[in-house]
Amino acid sequence: MTEHTVSSYDEELTTIAGRIAEMGGVAEDLVGDAVSALMRRDLALAEQTIAKDVKLDELLLDIEMRNVQVIARRQPMGQDLREIMAAGRIANDLERVGDMAKNVAKRVIAMDEGLKSSTLAIGVEHMTELALAQLKAVLDAYTRRDAEAAKLVRDRDSEVDAIYTSIFRELLTYMMEDPRNITQCAHLLFCAKNIERIGDHATNIAENVYYMVTGDRLTDDRPRMDETGVADKENV
Amino acid sequence: MNEMPTTVEKVSDMTVTKIAARKVQVYYGDTHAIKDVDIDIQAKAVTAFIGPSGCGKSTFLRTLNRMNDTIDVCRVEGDIKIDGEDIYDPKVDPVQLRAKVGMVFQKPNPFPKSIYDNIAYGPRIHGLASKKADLDEIVASSLQKAGLWNEVKDRLDGPGTGLSGGQQQRLCIARAIAVSPEVILMDEPCSALDPIATAKVEELIDELRENYTIVIVTHSMQQAARVSQQTAFFHLGVLVELGATQDIFTNPQDKRAQDYITGRFG
Repeated sequence: MTEHTVSSYDEELTTIAGRIAEMGGVAEDLVGDAVSALMRRDLALAEQTIAKDVKLDELLLDIEMRNVQVIARRQPMGQDLREIMAAGRIANDLERVGDMAKNVAKRVIAMDEGLKSSTLAIGVEHMTELALAQLKAVLDAYTRRDAEAAKLVRDRDSEVDAIYTSIFRELLTYMMEDPRNITQCAHLLFCAKNIERIGDHATNIAENVYYMVTGDRLTDDRPRMDETGVADKENV
Repeated sequence: MNEMPTTVEKVSDMTVTKIAARKVQVYYGDTHAIKDVDIDIQAKAVTAFIGPSGCGKSTFLRTLNRMNDTIDVCRVEGDIKIDGEDIYDPKVDPVQLRAKVGMVFQKPNPFPKSIYDNIAYGPRIHGLASKKADLDEIVASSLQKAGLWNEVKDRLDGPGTGLSGGQQQRLCIARAIAVSPEVILMDEPCSALDPIATAKVEELIDELRENYTIVIVTHSMQQAARVSQQTAFFHLGVLVELGATQDIFTNPQDKRAQDYITGRFG
């Protein structure tokens, strides 16, 4: 896009976009580290992950302050207004992604006996790969201002949901086989739910990127399934 | 991409067209100042004209009550109809037209007369009041509609030029209202006013649109966004984009409109 006549306005918007990219990088690291900690029973890494989440909170606050300043000083319109609105919402989603990762890390510590068998968690690991790929793709779409790429991310979210549903069933089976698995499987189930939520946040970000770039809203016409197997259009 | 209905359709579905302009051209001598402008201006709504200096927005505004007739080298072609009647028809009396289509200018220009006479002038020359009591009534109600009554009711004999800038502008609006117009044209009515006086005029515009069709030229995008329901963006004499205000300022379609409203114009 052409530059603003007032160049400091461009600098402010570029800084905010840069902060979003930075948040995205931190959020990706947190998710990756939390699941690595889970798979490798690495308590130190889990602790680090929990500590690092503070960085996302700080960045969110920084972006919110900058947004308020831009609105107060520039009264952004058109594309700029959509950028500012999208940045605020995307920052919120990324902060939540960090919370999800932190929760996984906390469960690594809570499962004091560690994973009895990492095969139980393989499904979660696979799901994480997909969710991370979604997160990466949507952050790329944000950086490149690519509405079509954002739409693809949203349409792919059902894959994450499908894996979540199958993990849910798998873990139920393990719990039924041997009640001693219940504690661990319950933790894993929450971990899986957290990762599935990360996919949902990637979807939210995709919708905001699409709006930011085009000014149009993606219509919400894709049915979603949760583990209950019931199609649900409301529950994001 | 969602197929969004075009904003113009969306707005005009619900409203009545007051002014319909088709293929309007304005020439100043050899200069082609307005090119092929088609626009429907909605009744009882505020339409804002925006665009960079020299884009033709004021020129086009002035075609709507034939103010350009006063400029010798100016020539207007095309069709402009108000309520279906061609305002450039030779049978139309421009003086009557300008009573129906009132105008407020950038700088408040009260007559060097009393506040009372500023308002009473139009009704007198148009023969709208036969008795003093009728005239008093028109003066009072015009000042009330313009939100100025409480500030001036005790000094109606004082000079109009003795009022503050914002009050003078509202006096000019009251003067326009006094001859019972249907359309009020405003050419940057707040550019000489401070923010408080501007807010009062904007509040007034909001009230007036219940009864009048208002067209406002403004350099303040925020003002256009605040006061109008429909916005037209002009550039180099061309009407580039016309749409619901809520869409123009969040999602302009034309690159030139985008650049202008976001402050990127070269």
